[in-house]
Amino acid sequence: MANDAPGRPNSLFRNLNAKIASIPMIFTALVVFVGGTVWTVVYSFTNSRLLPRLQFVGLDQYERLWSTPRWLASIENLMIYGVLSLIFSLTIGFVLAALLDQKIRFESVFRTIILYPFALSFIVTGLVWQWLLNPDFGVQHLVRSAGWESFTFNPLYDQSIVIYGILIAALWQGTGLVMCLMLAGLRGIDEDIWKAARVDGIPMWKTYLFIVIPMMRPVFVTTLVIIASGIVRVYDLVVAQTSGGPGHASEVPAKYVYDYMFSAQNLGQGFAASTMMLVTVMIVVVPWAYLEFGGRNKRG
Amino acid sequence: MNSFKALIAASTMLCTVGLAQATDLEVTHWWTSGGEAAAVAEFAKAFDATGNKWIDGAIAGGGNTARPVFISRITGGDPMAATQFNHGRQAEELVQAGLMRDFTELAEKEGWKNFVRPASLLEGCTVDGKVYCVPINIHSWQWLWLSHKAFEDAGVPVPKTWDEFVAAAPALEKAGKVPLAMGGQAWQRTGAFNVLIPAIAGKETYLKVYQDKDEAAAAGPEIAKVFKAADDARRMAAKSNVQDWNQATNLVITGQAGGQIMGDWAQGEFQVAGQVAGKDYSCLPGLGVNELISVGGDAFYFPKLKDADKTAAQEVLASVMLSPETQVAFNLKKGSVPVRGDVDLNAANDCMKKGLDILAKGNTMPDPPRLNTEDTNNQLNDLFVEFFATPSMTPEEAQKRYAEIIAAAD
Amino acid sequence: MADVRTAVAGQADPVVVGAREPYGPRPRPVLSRRNIIVYGTLTIVALYYLMPLYVMIVTSLKGMPEIRFGNVFAPPVEITFEPWVKAWATACTGLNCDGLSRGFWNSVRITIPSVIISILIASVNGYALANWRFKGANIFFTILIVGAFIPYQVMIYPIVIILREMGVYGTLTGLVIVHTIFGMPINTLLFRNYFASVPEELFKAARVDGAGFWAIYFRIMLPMSLPIFVVSMIIQVTGIWNDFLFGVVYTRPETYPMTVQLNNIVNSVQGVKEYNVNMAATLLTGLVPLVIYFISGKLFVRGIAAGAVKG
Repeated sequence: MANDAPGRPNSLFRNLNAKIASIPMIFTALVVFVGGTVWTVVYSFTNSRLLPRLQFVGLDQYERLWSTPRWLASIENLMIYGVLSLIFSLTIGFVLAALLDQKIRFESVFRTIILYPFALSFIVTGLVWQWLLNPDFGVQHLVRSAGWESFTFNPLYDQSIVIYGILIAALWQGTGLVMCLMLAGLRGIDEDIWKAARVDGIPMWKTYLFIVIPMMRPVFVTTLVIIASGIVRVYDLVVAQTSGGPGHASEVPAKYVYDYMFSAQNLGQGFAASTMMLVTVMIVVVPWAYLEFGGRNKRG
Repeated sequence: MNSFKALIAASTMLCTVGLAQATDLEVTHWWTSGGEAAAVAEFAKAFDATGNKWIDGAIAGGGNTARPVFISRITGGDPMAATQFNHGRQAEELVQAGLMRDFTELAEKEGWKNFVRPASLLEGCTVDGKVYCVPINIHSWQWLWLSHKAFEDAGVPVPKTWDEFVAAAPALEKAGKVPLAMGGQAWQRTGAFNVLIPAIAGKETYLKVYQDKDEAAAAGPEIAKVFKAADDARRMAAKSNVQDWNQATNLVITGQAGGQIMGDWAQGEFQVAGQVAGKDYSCLPGLGVNELISVGGDAFYFPKLKDADKTAAQEVLASVMLSPETQVAFNLKKGSVPVRGDVDLNAANDCMKKGLDILAKGNTMPDPPRLNTEDTNNQLNDLFVEFFATPSMTPEEAQKRYAEIIAAAD
Repeated sequence: MADVRTAVAGQADPVVVGAREPYGPRPRPVLSRRNIIVYGTLTIVALYYLMPLYVMIVTSLKGMPEIRFGNVFAPPVEITFEPWVKAWATACTGLNCDGLSRGFWNSVRITIPSVIISILIASVNGYALANWRFKGANIFFTILIVGAFIPYQVMIYPIVIILREMGVYGTLTGLVIVHTIFGMPINTLLFRNYFASVPEELFKAARVDGAGFWAIYFRIMLPMSLPIFVVSMIIQVTGIWNDFLFGVVYTRPETYPMTVQLNNIVNSVQGVKEYNVNMAATLLTGLVPLVIYFISGKLFVRGIAAGAVKG
């Protein structure tokens, strides 16, 4: 029936209600998201400092942006973090979901335990893991006092591995949700599939990999959207855990944007950086979002 | 009609001045630590004594968290009655946009020019000949704090200059000490470097670079020496695994570290720990090389308000903040120096007195927030946070980028 | 109405997916190698996930000297509730020394209207998108989804301007609007997917009976969408309760939410860091969302199943 409404162009007055009901959405989409974005892009070509003002300086802000080592480092960090975060949260989330789907006892207990960190904010997550990874109090101290004197695990003060320290905290917070989504997907698979696979003697891992996962495409898509939007926006966690350090080893683009807009009082530079973020997101998301939601013939 | 309006306006003004009704003023700031809060309490007490009420709007996490909030509130049309900024260029544009109140009249009436010292402080509040803020304290950055215990343990005398300190570093390290304590936050890195400039290269170079934005000076041999010294500092601070400045100060207090380059607010930490200057620790202004201090500090700005009562109360608050009694009470708690040259400071301790001396001699210079935009300061932060955390970055490489930042600054 | 719902329940649709039995292979004997692997892995994982919570609780019950000399995992030698009392009632921010207690009620006052309004709007949006598509609707929806990727920091300034022009800057109304806007993409997506999976016959029957947009929404869609409402509610309650950025930028000090006060307590720069008070404050702030999760965990998974499976 989803096709009925658009299929009948004359049902104008009935759709009027839907349009009225959608006013908040239209307002948000057009005024806030599109309007805000256009506004940001326009002002990225100005030399606005503390307050936005329309004095255009061409591409100056972008030239400066791309010659700033901190921005380049931020991009690199985000790429590493993003790729690892995607791989690990999908893999761990799926494996945990598969384990929980084995008709086990205490399923709800395990599920709740794995999911609860999601209820905590990134600020809290960052603080706790900063505490746990502190070399003088946390994991390193524990292992050393257990007798392994030379044990070194100090990710928050080591430039080369600090991003993994953040990854550990992010995965702790976020895999629960991924696991839930995957579990929901697995529960949606018809039992006949399993029966058929068993009859054909296909090993379980093969069934998962070649039959079940392809069938779960919609779940993977939703999950991907949720994880990816979280990756692009990562900010609070970094601020709470490392403040971007040591050096620039855990800087991320969202932090660059915020720092330049507000603490450096250089709105133009912040807007240029956010425009670059937006452009990247658009390139990846818009084609997909259009295919997924925008096609006229597609059903929900 | 017009005269009628004028009459009403006049009578309203009379009422507000005459009756001095209790008015609530919301004051925002980022002073949330123990000593700072105690200092703010002095302001609140003095203001409440005038029959008005101080509504406290503190935001923790330092200026970088608080300033965006202040600015959003002011530009969003819901301003507070008064707000803290570091004086200088942070609020420049808010003033230019006409969002801040002009206090020239009050300043002339009370003769701020006559007692605010050094005069450059009031200049920092002045835009186009008009006074827009109330300076309330003086902080200086150029101090080296040394732990006597650490040097005793290492078996070397407590150094008197930066060079002696650098020379003592290997002995400290051998004794298991961190020679130089330095927090990982960007502002501490930049701060230390900015302290090294006048100490190593002198005031003239400092002003050439930050005031005149002279690129040649920034790329020149004098600054190269400073980078050499920063390189030493980097090596000495390599093992200092702390973030906050007071954690670093704590390393000095407990004798785990030899010294720290930090502003005079570190004084408060030694005091709280019950340490005595000259016996447990030493303070070397200008790193013991050039006894020069920069003059910076905090100031309050007053956004324009629509409410007439509140507008009147803003003036009361401004003069309360500058009154001699409040100045002394506030600054003793805060660990800073009053902006009035005419108040009695017998209660000050040795290090503070050293500072007052230098101030009296006029060996001062404006501090970087006054000379640089926040944008430039942030770029410097980015550079130094990288420099100090990356041993493979050579001083020459860093200086090249430093000169580029100065060249682009305005 | 009742028979309509029975008809729905009879359909193989996601509404009841979560209630089904797991589809994995059959259970084996208790101590098989497979069981050991499955339960062993899950137990280790569970311990790992619980560790930070354990450390937080343990630390919050220790005195400062014990924290300085012990390790974070050791249970407290002497249990003290002082940090909890301090975090709740006496920790200072500037001149206000009433801990988190004030922020708690502010957070309640912010969260309740924000959650109700944002969910109602998102559900109507989702319903309109799934069942009453009008020309261009999908374009707006696509924009909305792309909007989910925009870092909040980028939108601070435009939103200041929008709120100022609407005259609601600094008010509770303004904050509710902001939360509604930023909760809209994900919640609309969930509701849209959920309503799209409602069997066509049901909707057609109602249309034949002459029911209009709102009648179908209130009499058919709303009553059967409890699972997705629960999911949406959980997401919104946690999101809004945990929000710091909007709470600090778009409100005034009297109405600061609990997270802002948490930040104030944790980020106090001077003196020794009181880790025990910080941890107690952190736990207190996280309590509301945590309790909601522990209570409604089962409904959450069921709802997620309904909202996410059909893309």
